[in-house]
Amino acid sequence: MELLISPLTRFEEIGAPLMELSTTLRHYHTSYEFFQWVHVPVPTRGSMGGGRIVAGLLAPHPPHLVYAENPPQNEPIAECGWETLRWGYERMRKELENIDYDVIVILSPHWQTYIGTHFLGLKNFKSLSVDPIFPNLFRYHYDLEIDVELAKMIHDEAKSNGLSVKMMENPDFRVDYGTITSCHLTNPAWDKPIVSISSNRSVHYYSVEVMQEMMIQLGEATRNAIWKSGKKAVVISSNSLSHRHFVSESEIPEDMSKEHITNHSQYLWDMKMINMMKSGKTKELVEMMPEFTEQSVAETDGGALTWMLSSLDFPTYPATIHEYGTIIGTGNAIASWNTNDERRKIKGVSHE
Amino acid sequence: MSEGKVVLGLVVPAHPHPLLCPEKNPGWARLREAYEQARLIIEESEAEIILIYSTLWISIIGHQFQGLKNPEWVHVDHDFHYLGSMPYKFLIDTNFAENLCNSAKSRGLESRVVSYNGFPIDTGTVVALSLLNPDNRIPAGICSSNMYSNRAETIVLGKSANDAIKRSGKKVAVVVVSSLSNRMFTEPIKPHEDKIHSQKDDEWNRKILQFLDEGRLEDVSQLSREIHQQIRVQKVVSFKPMWWLAGVMGQHNNFSGKVHAYEPVHGAGCAIASLIPISDNVENKEYDEDDVEEYKGDREVLDIPKFEDTVNFSDDEPEINEIKNVEGSLSTTRAPKPVGAYPHARKVGNLLYLSGVGPRQAKSNAIPGGPIRNLEGEPLNYDMRAQTIACIENIKTILEDSGSCLEDVVDVTSFLINMQRDFKDYNEIYADYFGEIKPTRTTLEIRGLPTPIAVEMKVIAKLKD
Ligand SMILES: [Fe+2]
Repeated sequence: MELLISPLTRFEEIGAPLMELSTTLRHYHTSYEFFQWVHVPVPTRGSMGGGRIVAGLLAPHPPHLVYAENPPQNEPIAECGWETLRWGYERMRKELENIDYDVIVILSPHWQTYIGTHFLGLKNFKSLSVDPIFPNLFRYHYDLEIDVELAKMIHDEAKSNGLSVKMMENPDFRVDYGTITSCHLTNPAWDKPIVSISSNRSVHYYSVEVMQEMMIQLGEATRNAIWKSGKKAVVISSNSLSHRHFVSESEIPEDMSKEHITNHSQYLWDMKMINMMKSGKTKELVEMMPEFTEQSVAETDGGALTWMLSSLDFPTYPATIHEYGTIIGTGNAIASWNTNDERRKIKGVSHE
Repeated sequence: MSEGKVVLGLVVPAHPHPLLCPEKNPGWARLREAYEQARLIIEESEAEIILIYSTLWISIIGHQFQGLKNPEWVHVDHDFHYLGSMPYKFLIDTNFAENLCNSAKSRGLESRVVSYNGFPIDTGTVVALSLLNPDNRIPAGICSSNMYSNRAETIVLGKSANDAIKRSGKKVAVVVVSSLSNRMFTEPIKPHEDKIHSQKDDEWNRKILQFLDEGRLEDVSQLSREIHQQIRVQKVVSFKPMWWLAGVMGQHNNFSGKVHAYEPVHGAGCAIASLIPISDNVENKEYDEDDVEEYKGDREVLDIPKFEDTVNFSDDEPEINEIKNVEGSLSTTRAPKPVGAYPHARKVGNLLYLSGVGPRQAKSNAIPGGPIRNLEGEPLNYDMRAQTIACIENIKTILEDSGSCLEDVVDVTSFLINMQRDFKDYNEIYADYFGEIKPTRTTLEIRGLPTPIAVEMKVIAKLKD
């Protein structure tokens, strides 16, 4: 088994047994303008270390997409709707088919906690999720499995980094609709366990900047814990981009003649963010986040995108944008950062 | 049936601690005791409905009203899940929910009743109803708090609830579920460490409670913007519960107020206070902002016609009667549905006779220019020009769907409900449409029409060859 290591990968996350890599990496730093990837042996899964994030996804969760698809789990029936976004999700699922992974780690802005970051901490949750804003569209019967072991590892890692964390072990707890929607759209078979992380609303108590600091730390903790677990993980940021939306609903929710971005400036902001994703400028994107969040009332205020990009150690390679579209006026991008992406090995993809 | 009225107002906190673990902290236990006092006050008030407005039930698409008769669930709080589960089964007055929703609509608010098994009822409502009405002796109404609504919209929402209460003919206790200062500790604390997050929050809370204790609800309502700035973590656009409560209870200071408890819960300011309406004047109110009766804000972002009013009068109307297919009778789905057993038009020879046509819209039943009265029969300020345009446009549609057109109209009979007020506007619009066509015309004033419209017209037209 091999591990792809970026020159920016930190030694502490690779671990002590791989210290001999230092020569190779030093070679990179001195010899190449553009980075190259090095293949190194890693311990097999299950033993200590060697886990990694195989993909990061931006997977927005408007219930409209599940509604329009008419899966057996959802009660309401739709005629159609938001096809281009649903096709985008299809393309992303196609990409995931070629990626081997064990677990999905997801952060959703609709499990809102004010006292730290919480993690679902029981093996199974089964219930009915009714969207409080769109109950006419989303009444979904879920039955999902939690990777409690990994959840606890991320919890512990975050705790040792000084973050306030808590395991959620009440069996009556209802899983939030953002987590369910993004997971359904990403993996409708539900055949992988998930780790569900709450959205710490530090943004309300402090500022987007403080939220970002915490989410960057949580991202690092997530990456380290995944490495220690030996598992292959897909990390999901469950959120739309610009979030100023209509305050009335058309008579037929799936009436596509009514769908458009709420205003042009939102669209400009979304394109600015997407272009940074496409050009691998995720550090800049995160720096821009407070302004973006404020200007476009973006759902990034929940911290999911910052956390996800941090867990990927701020990719400098381009994201694949599978689709962009609006839902009840909000801007939604479906994007993936495939850490096995061939393009990452192509000379000329700059870190700059 | 005599008019319903508000017999009591309550302010109660949203945190689950008094319900789930009062024994862990003496302050939480005092809140629990005060909840019990509030329950007894409701009993004494002989309230027949409890109406709840919880700041934790956040809506986005307009305003929502719980409409399921027996919502049942085991609720768990997002933050305080470790304190335990909250199983509930409530009794909702479903007629009252419809009444609340219709009242809100007729004041221009986007509203809907939600009636779904498993719809998430918020922690605040679950705590308040569980403690104030443990045996479901009194049916409840629950309304949401729109995330974006500001003062005007919230006050109108409160007034619309008052409309509904009056129409219900019942005695109603209204309950606002909200913290005062809402800044919690962002770290876990031990129960005995609980205190109000900051001295400033504490001072403001005490100021608010002093006003409530003196029955000065309107004064607190007027301070809401300041309160929001000073002691609210700004999760939503404004501190609304006192606006809503003042909207429902009347915007004045004439209450007998009492504060039953004030304690911290995880840093937030939690109080239980009661307000009973009295007749003597406590203090003059000082309005520093416009009073608002109807909401006219930007809530219609979809392309709905400008004058459209979304009041649904379908309850007042008989069901559409099946027309037996009589020779020459014609109806179209593009014109307002008839309110009796008649077709839209009937052909005789080469003439087309139309039934009387008003301005109602085919699909929505909305009345462009607004209805002439609200659901309680109180007159509204309608737009005659918009009504006349819509009326003639409906005629045009029926003519075109029946093989004729406006240009072929030969005779018009118009019925106005208020000749003095409306003739001029009607006559000008009429001239725009028929000035060149010049059919014969008769205009009459009549006492009423079957729906709340101001104009109806009946025409005879030639059929196309
Ligand atoms: Fe969302």
